[in-house]
Order: sequence, then C-alpha cells, then structure tokens
Amino acid sequence: MSHPTTGVVAGSDQDLQFYVAEEHGHAEGGTMLGFWIYLMSDCLIFAVLFACYGVYGRSYAAGPTPANLFDLGTVALNTSMLLLSSITYGFAMLSMEKNRIGATQLWLLVTGLFGVAFVGLELNEFVHLIHEGAGPQRSAFLSAFFTLVGTHGLHVSVGIIWLMTLMVQVAQRGLVPENKRRLMCLSMFWHFLDVVWIGVFSFVYLLSVLP
Amino acid sequence: MFSNLDLQKLIFGRLSLEAIPYHEPILLATFAGVGVGGAALLGALTYFRLWGYLWKEWFTSVDHKKIGIMYMVLALVMLLRGFADALMMRTQQSIAFGDNNGFLPPHHYDQVFTAHGVIMIFFMAMPFVTGLMNFVVPLQIGARDVAFPFLNNFSFWMTVGGAVTVMASLFVGEFARTGWLAFPPLSEAAYSPGVGVDYYIWSLQVAGIGTLLSGINLIATIVKMRAPGMTMMKMPVFCWTSLCTNVLIVASFPVLTAVLALLSLDRYVGTNFFTNDLGGNPMMYFNLIWVWGHPEVYILILPAFGIFSEVTSTFCGKRLFGYASMVYATVVITILSYLVWLHHFFTMGSGASVNSFFGITTMIISIPTGAKIFNWLFTMYRGRIRFELPMMWTVAFMFTFTIGGMTGVLLAVPPADFMLHNSLFLVAHFHNVIIGGVFFGVMAGISYWFPKAFGFKLDPFWGKMSFWFWVVGFYFAFMPLYVLGLMGVTRRLNHFDDPNLQIWFVTAAFGALLIAAGIGSFLMQLFVSVRNREALRDTTGDPWNGRTLEWSTSSPPPEYNFAFTPMIHDLDAWSDMKQRGYVRPVHGYRSIHMPKSTGAGVIIAGLCTVFGLAMIWYIWWLAALSLLGALVATIVHTFNYDRDFTIPDYEVVRVEDRRTRALLAKV
Amino acid sequence: MCVKHLGVDKSPTPQALCLCIDGASYRLCVAPNRVASPVVRSLRNLMLLPLLGLLGGCEASVLNPAGDMAVRERDLIIASTGLMLLIVLPVMLVTLLFAWRYRASNTTAKYDPDFHHSTQLEVLIWTAPLLIIIALGALTWISTHVLDPFRPLRRIDATRPVASEVRPLTIEVVALDWKWLFFYPDQGVAAVNELAVPVDRPINFKITSATVMTSFFVPSLAGQIYAMAGMETRLHAVANRPGDYDGFAAQYNGAGFSHMGFKVHGTSTKDFDAWIDKLKGVGKILDQEAYLDLAKPTESEPVHYYSSVQDGLYGKILNLCAKPGKMCMGEMMFIDANGGGGKDSEANYDRLKYDGAMTEEGNEAPGATFPASGRPPNTLAVQPQGMLPRTVAPQVNQQKKQHDDGQGHNMQGMPGMTGSDVAPAQLDKN
Repeated sequence: MSHPTTGVVAGSDQDLQFYVAEEHGHAEGGTMLGFWIYLMSDCLIFAVLFACYGVYGRSYAAGPTPANLFDLGTVALNTSMLLLSSITYGFAMLSMEKNRIGATQLWLLVTGLFGVAFVGLELNEFVHLIHEGAGPQRSAFLSAFFTLVGTHGLHVSVGIIWLMTLMVQVAQRGLVPENKRRLMCLSMFWHFLDVVWIGVFSFVYLLSVLP
Repeated sequence: MFSNLDLQKLIFGRLSLEAIPYHEPILLATFAGVGVGGAALLGALTYFRLWGYLWKEWFTSVDHKKIGIMYMVLALVMLLRGFADALMMRTQQSIAFGDNNGFLPPHHYDQVFTAHGVIMIFFMAMPFVTGLMNFVVPLQIGARDVAFPFLNNFSFWMTVGGAVTVMASLFVGEFARTGWLAFPPLSEAAYSPGVGVDYYIWSLQVAGIGTLLSGINLIATIVKMRAPGMTMMKMPVFCWTSLCTNVLIVASFPVLTAVLALLSLDRYVGTNFFTNDLGGNPMMYFNLIWVWGHPEVYILILPAFGIFSEVTSTFCGKRLFGYASMVYATVVITILSYLVWLHHFFTMGSGASVNSFFGITTMIISIPTGAKIFNWLFTMYRGRIRFELPMMWTVAFMFTFTIGGMTGVLLAVPPADFMLHNSLFLVAHFHNVIIGGVFFGVMAGISYWFPKAFGFKLDPFWGKMSFWFWVVGFYFAFMPLYVLGLMGVTRRLNHFDDPNLQIWFVTAAFGALLIAAGIGSFLMQLFVSVRNREALRDTTGDPWNGRTLEWSTSSPPPEYNFAFTPMIHDLDAWSDMKQRGYVRPVHGYRSIHMPKSTGAGVIIAGLCTVFGLAMIWYIWWLAALSLLGALVATIVHTFNYDRDFTIPDYEVVRVEDRRTRALLAKV
Repeated sequence: MCVKHLGVDKSPTPQALCLCIDGASYRLCVAPNRVASPVVRSLRNLMLLPLLGLLGGCEASVLNPAGDMAVRERDLIIASTGLMLLIVLPVMLVTLLFAWRYRASNTTAKYDPDFHHSTQLEVLIWTAPLLIIIALGALTWISTHVLDPFRPLRRIDATRPVASEVRPLTIEVVALDWKWLFFYPDQGVAAVNELAVPVDRPINFKITSATVMTSFFVPSLAGQIYAMAGMETRLHAVANRPGDYDGFAAQYNGAGFSHMGFKVHGTSTKDFDAWIDKLKGVGKILDQEAYLDLAKPTESEPVHYYSSVQDGLYGKILNLCAKPGKMCMGEMMFIDANGGGGKDSEANYDRLKYDGAMTEEGNEAPGATFPASGRPPNTLAVQPQGMLPRTVAPQVNQQKKQHDDGQGHNMQGMPGMTGSDVAPAQLDKN
C-alpha cells in the first residue's frame, strides 16, 4: 500500500516516493526563459539583416555612399536618445522593485518619450534620404540599410505601444506579479534593442562613414 | 474622382473575377468537389449542432493534447492535398512523352510541383511532427500542460492560417511557379509578377510565426516543467529529440522569416536584395534560405528518431541500448546541421576548398546518425520483439533510411553532386529520407500513441494493409527515380522526348498508386477502428507495456494529465515504477490549477491570415485594417488577467474513481 | 531500350556495342579506358556489379560518360558508393537478421532486458562509421580539388596529359529564356541550341545567364554548373568519344524549362572545322539588335546559327548591358569601388534596372497576371510567345541584318574594364 499524500511505497527495498501530492508549479521563471529564447530568435533576424548589410554594404549601384548620406551628428543624437531611454527604463525597474507605482509610471513615461524621439528622428532621417533620391530602391546598399535600421525602428515602435499598454495596466491594477513580470520582459526587450542599436551605430554608421 | 477601374482597384486590389480559374477543368472540378464536400461537412456540423462543441472543446482549447490532435488532423488533410499533387505529377510524367503533352500545361504543372513541396514540408510533415511533440512531450515529462498554453493554441491557428492561404491559392489566383524554395531572380516581381509567389510568401510567414512560437513554447516546457527527479539524462529520448528539434526551430525559423521578408520587400517595395539590378545578389538568397532549409530537415527527422527510439525499446521489452550515446548523437546532429547548408548548391562554383569543407561536414553527420541506427539494432539484439504496427514501421524505417542515408552521403561528395544535383536521383534521395524516415516515423508514432489519445487501439488488419502498401509503394515509386537520375534525367520536367524513359516513370506512377492504396487503407483503418472502438478499447492506459510516463495515466488522459505529479528515479520512469511495485494512489486527491480556454488565438490568427490574403491581392485597406485588428486583439487579450481556473477536488476524485473502477473491472 | 542509344551514338565501336548488351560486359568494355586506381577499380567491380546490372548500363548517361571529367565523376560515384556499402549492406542484413531472430515468438533466442550498455560496442558503433567517413572525406577533399570545374584540364584521359601546345577551345555559353546561345569567340560564330566540340581537345566553357538562374549540364561530358546573370562560371571538359550527347538546363527556370535542351556533337577535328564552315556560310549576323530579339522568351527554339558576331557582345551580355542605355555591371562595380556615384546619380537608376526590361516591352516572363500585365490570368490566348502551349509551332526569330549603331555603353576609358571583366563568381581559384 502506498501512502496517499507522500506516495511512499511501503514494502519495497527502498522507500521511494513516486509522486508528489503538492501542486507542482506551472514553470516558475518559464516566462522569462521563454521570452529570452524569443529574444535570441529575434537576434537571429537581426543577424541576417546585419549579414545582408555586410554583403551589400558596398553595392552602391553607382549611387550615393554612406559618406554622402549619413549625418553622424543626428545619428549621435539619436543614439543618445535610445541610450538614455535604457537608463530611464532601469530607473523604472528600480522603482518597481520598491513598489512605487508613481515613480515607476513616471520613468516609464520618460522612457517612452525618449523612444518616440528616437523613432521620430529616425523617420526624419528616412524622409530626408528618400527626398534626396536615396530611397531603399536606389541600391542594394540602401535596401540593406533601410531594412536593418527600419526593422530596428519597427521594434522600438512596437516597444512603445507595449510600454503604453503596460502603463495603462499598471494604472489599473498596480504592480501585481503579472505586471511586474511583463515589465521585466519589456525591460529585456528594451535593453536588447539598445544592444542591437549599438551594433547598428558602430557597424552601419561609424564604420561606413570612416574612409 | 475615381474611374470604375480605380475604385475597383481600391476596393479589391488586384483581385477580380478573372482570378477564379473557371477555364481550367481540373481546378474547377476540384473546386466543385471541395465546395460540395465542404458544404456537406458544414451542413453536418450545423445539423448535429457541433459548432458550439467544437468551438468550446477544441478550437479555443489550450489543452496540449487537443491541440496536438488538431495538428494531426490538419496534417492528414494536407497530406491528402499534397498527395493529390504527387499523383498528378506522376501521371503527367508517365504519359508526357513525344507527341503527348500530358494533361498538365507548364503553367499548371509548375504550380503543382511547387505546391507539393511546400505542402508536404510545411503543412504535412511539420504539423505531424509538431502535433506528436505537443501531445506526447508534456505527458512524458509528467507535466500538466505546456509552458505557454495560450501561445500553443495561437501557434496552431497560425499554422492553420498558412494552410488556408495555400489552399486558397488553388481556387483564387494561382500558386508560385518557382519550386518549393522560390529561388530568385525567378521569384522576383520582374519574372513572377503574379500572385503565386505572394501566396507562397504569406502562407509561410503566417505558418512560420506559429512554428517559431511553438518551438519556444516546447523548449520552455522541457527545460522548466519536467517532473521532480527527471534530470536531463533521465528524460525519454523522444523528449531529447524534441528539445533539439525545437532548438533548431528557434535557431532557424527566424532566418526563414527574415529571408522571406527580404524577398517580399523586393516584390512589394522594390528593394534590391535578390534582383539582378542595382547591386542585388540572388546568391545571398540561396545561402540564407538553406541556412534555414538544412536544419529544417533535421527538425523533421529528429522527432522521428525519437519515436523510433521509444517504439524500439517498448516493443523489444528492453531499455534503449546506449541511451547516452543516443543523446550525444542527437546533440551533435543538432549542432552540425548548421554547418552544412552549402551542400545544397555546390554547383554555384564556390571553389574546391569551400565545397569540400561543406561536403565533409555533411558526411560527418552520418557518423552520429549511423551510431543511432546501431543503437536501435543493439536494442533489438537480445530483445523480445513484438511485431505490432509501430515496430513494423520501425524496421521498415531502419532498412529504408539506410539507403537514403547512403545516397545522401553520396550527394555530399561535390564532384558526384555535379552529376546528380537537380536530378531525379536527388528527388529520390530526399523522398527516401523524408518518407522512409519522417513519414514512417509519424506512422509509427500514430499507431503507437493513438490508444493513448483516444482510449482504443487502431485496427491492426487495415494498419498492416496500409503498411505494406506504403512500403512496397515507396520502393516502386522511388527506386525508378534513382535509376532515372543516374541516366541524367533532371527534376521538374513536364515532358520528355526519349521514349525509353517511359517505363521507369510508369513504374513510379504504379508505386504512387500503391501509396494511394496505403493512404486509403490508413483512412479505412481510422474508420474501422472508430466503428469497432469498443472491441479495441484499452482500459489500462498501458496497452503496449510501455516504459515512459505517458502510459502511467489513463487513456485518454484526464484534462490535467496526472492527478499527482509523478516523481522520477530512473530512466524509463513508468517501467521503473512498475518494476518497483508502484501502486496507484486512490485517494487524497486535491484541486488542480489549469489554464482556461480562450478564443483569442483563433481571432488573432484569423486576422493575421486575412492580413496575408489582403497583402497577396494588394487590398491595402483590408491589410491595414486586419493588421490593426490583430494588434488591438492582442492588446485586449493582455488585459485579461483571469487565465486560470481550478478543477475542484471532487471533480478530480470523480475522474480518478472512474479510472479506479475501470482498472478493477479489467482485473 | 538499347537501340535508340546506338542510333544516336555515332560510334558503333564494339566497345559501345557491348556497353548496351548487359551490365557485366559493360564493366569489361569500358575498363581499358579507365583511370581509377586499382583499389578503386576492384572496389567498384566488387560492389557495384549488382547496381550496374540493375541499370542495364544502357542509356544511363551519368554512368556511361563520353568525356574524361564525367568518367572521373562517375568513378567517384561508384567508389564512394562502394565505400559506403561496406557498412550499409551489413547493417541492412543485420537489421533483418535481428528482426527475425529476436521476434517474440522465437523463445529460443536469448532475452536479456538489461543489456543496454557495452563500452566496446559503443566504441565500435562510433568508430566504424568514422573510419568510413575518414576515407570518404579524404577522397572528397582530393577529388573536389582535382575535379573542380574551374580548374583547367591537365589530361585528356587516363593515359594522355594535355600537351603544352594545345590551346583549349573556348565556348561562351549564355542561358536565355528558354534556349542556349553558344559563342565560339575564336571562330567568330554563334549557335542557338547546338554545340559541336572536337574530340580530345580541352574545352573551356564560360557560362553566364541573361535572365534567371539555371544550370548548364551535359552529363556525358562533365558535371553541371550554374549559369547566373552578371556572373561567369567556368567549366573545363573534354569529349573523348565522337557522338551526339544531350545537354540541357538542369535547374528549373520557368515555363519553357522542359524544352531547354540542346545537342552536343562530339566530332573529329575535320568535322568540327566543317561544322564551323557551315555556320560561317549561313550569312546571319548576331549583333545587338538580333540578340535582343533572340533574348525574348521563346519555348522549344529551333537550332539556328550565326555566321558572325558583333565584337564584345558576350561581354555585354555578361555585364547585363546588351540592351542599349544600360550601364555595364563592370562599370558599376568600378564606380562603386571608387567611392560610388554620389548623390546626383539618379540617372544611373534606370540604367541599372536590368530585370524589368522584358516586362516593360510586353515580353513577360511567366506568371504575369492582372493587373501586373493588364491581362487576365491563365488565358493562353494572350500569352506571349514563350508561354504558348507546345502544340503551337514555335516561330523562329526574325533576324534583322542591321548592325548596331553603337548605342551600347562605351566602356573605353574605364581602366581595367574589358568586356568580360566582371568579378568571378569564384573566390577560391586553386
């Protein structure tokens, strides 16, 4: 006979438990792991786009080159926006740890604004380039450039929508465990985009403008 | 002001009545058949008031077992479609000699072979494999569900969305005429301006997202939700191969997503990634698509290896020989599968050193694969082999797959590949490994786990009919293709001048007919088994004297899988428990937390599918609207915090007592 | 099945004859021609006899080649198969043996449920395939380098090295929708869908495509290699036997794919010269205009010849600038290498749009449906000529005998830019 709550088999040579009566959790930390795996897969998409830029980066199709097109000043400003937003997101997370809803919301708002500024500057750059006749159709280099930078911008935009959603949810329900988990996921996402951008900035902008 | 045409274009994009192929009798007849059949099915569902049941119990279900079964149903339906394409090709090639042009003009034939490849890989093999993993993995690791039950449901419906998109191309517009990987520049707008390639792109994008999410889900499940005591090296081999498969999915499907996105940018925006224009380079597409494409074949075959491992050890009544080396072999294959992609285009002229590097890495994969074959062999050695259906498929696999493996290694020798690339030898090779490996594995898996899923065994007579038709049919259908390949006959031809080849094609067509009989027998087997289900009923939950945890619970398993979470001490946990005198607990049940069903997956995936279709036909307003709709639906879904419910203890007691009574009645 | 082969093959030597009798004599007959080391030969003879017998050896052009490259590739196929059969055959036999011996009903067989590990066996099952793969890997490395299609031939066949004074015959190959255009630059002639090559003279194929990608394949002579637009691949081969061989596009490239075949005549030097003279006599000139006409999609294009070719036409095709007004790839790459064309280079955009050229003129590639072309889909009646069903006799292109008036882009003054000066597709050229 086995004991119903412990599952110990009596009478066998060892006292072995064959089941646990307590509820066995629904994957503690599973969300974080899953989201991390998702980020890695996203990272691969960027890897492909970086590879494309590496291959096509000098195929100007007898057209404009990075040196003709990129304004490092604007890009530096852009970069600082995104880096700052990562710092402010960090502050938001610190406030979240202390369960301070108001501060969390405030820092999230600041992060979002930096994000909007980043996307705005990027769109401005795109419009400017297209206006100059250097749209994504002009050459393989520009196709790769617009796709890589644009994909990153699209991610940031999705991040902003997500961030706004979370702000509403935090306002509605406060810093409940679900919301904390979601904020953590967005945090990973946001910092991930930051890291990708550092790659874009150095690989696409700095390296191609350098002689 | 708009003229009529402008207005029509604004509303319908490039969709017009012309898109319906009413002048193609074959398509029209198919359309009519599907229409009548579909109407009958819908009518029956309505008449028997099954809609509510299906919606509540199946479509919106987050139960991994039901989702797994739905994947299998989808795969079976798509198998019929893909096989219909195969029959058409075999018929065309067996009659189109000399003055006879056959019955399929190039326009149609080229769609058929493209659709056949796409459907068989993405919508037949993938759902079969994903379905089996979904159903079996949580049961084998003693979990109550997957890590992200909602995502699981969503992934399934995305796969359905992709399949619906492919099927739509049959009746509205056309499918790609490019071959199953849509190589540019042929697939670029300049050479394929129609909707075919767009159908291809969007069906794969929609389904690909589903596959990727399901991969993430199963990794998290296997890593995080194993029952206590089940260390990685005590996991059933099927779980190991599933883990590796899903790692491959996560590490390769993003590449497919990216490369298809680039191709669609070329086609929709006018960028120059893979064009001949303005610095574009089609070779990049070849590289990227095969960086996904090669791991894809291991995504398919690894779970099959897992199935064979489970089946061999169960039906030989022995622990698997060399469990550790089996696991290492799987991991080595996983890693190596990323280092071989270039062997798909040795003939591009990459240079001798590059070619031989990729050739040799490819050959190295055959070492762990060979080790696996030996492991199964030595599991059979000194075993007591019960030749039930799953084991028959396994032996057929070991025999057939060895041939496919050998021809595969042959193709990995670059100068040999110069001769055999793009030939029917190649076609024979990959059908040899995909039918002889993946499909035989799926059939073994279906006959093995069917009693677990439904509580009764499959009818053995029709199963054996199906088995013999399939195996013999396979050899008839594909051995001639090896021969034709060695005669220098290339693939995808729809007409031949040399009448001497005809006999081989006729033989292959005969083989295809045998396979048709095999599929028919399988459907018959399902029908007969359902009809005779009481005679075939299994009340023990362990009809095969199984060795892994899924056999420790009832058949079909209760919603919550295990009333108590099992605790694992050794490999082959259930066998170990049986040996050590485990007695099933009959009281002390507690309430159980389970995830709630939700319709969000169906809705969001539906909107994504509509988005894809709208993009295909340039109906921009609908595309914008459905994309926005999908986004809003997703956000709304996140506002739902109430995702769990509790199965009360009295309900658990009721279910478990029923099983107790059933077990006692059996004794 | 053998009759037709003999009919086509213009060398009814006893050797070719016995080839077609059966698999066993096949081995005997071709052996003197052969190259392989004794080990490889004996391996092949031992292991492959059943396979060859199965095939009948008759029309299997891959297994019955007429040129040294193809012979060596065939030998490699046979040797590798033999090597693998060393392990594959025992495995298949043992599978059946174990399945039979350990069946449940055979209670006399030993049942040992605890036999699931054996270090010796595990070492064996990993090393046995490993050894085979080491052997095969070495064979692969060597053969891939020796049989690299980019590598000039060193020998005519097993016994004869290429003499130092022999100049290979250069043939420039262009894949079009859906036919092959062959230039003989040294002879100044061109042919559509027909090749002639003198026996025992090395041939240097330079291969490109003016449209989508496909693969150039003459199984009797050598393995295939891709034909890609804007790139040039190479193939070195030789024919050792006179005869007519089949060549074709081996990579699917659209609606006309099935009929993109051509004949290769392996002839004596004398017959080859006669063939060239025949071409020179047809009086048709392949200039830019005639080429653009030819480049329009057609199916089942009949064989026709050109007695002379405009200078540098192949180079322009390779550089995708055969159409007037287009910029050559070589020029584009030169500009790019020197810092691009700057911001005010919009004019270059249209000049580098190569792919759409056919669609613009209404000579569309397959697949054009409403509204891309403004035509309803799937209606055969309004399809361009290349899309018409096979029953309609294909029209021969009308050749206009006007010379090009020099509209093409002038590449003079571009340093280092000669006609065919495009970056090679292959980086590693050993």
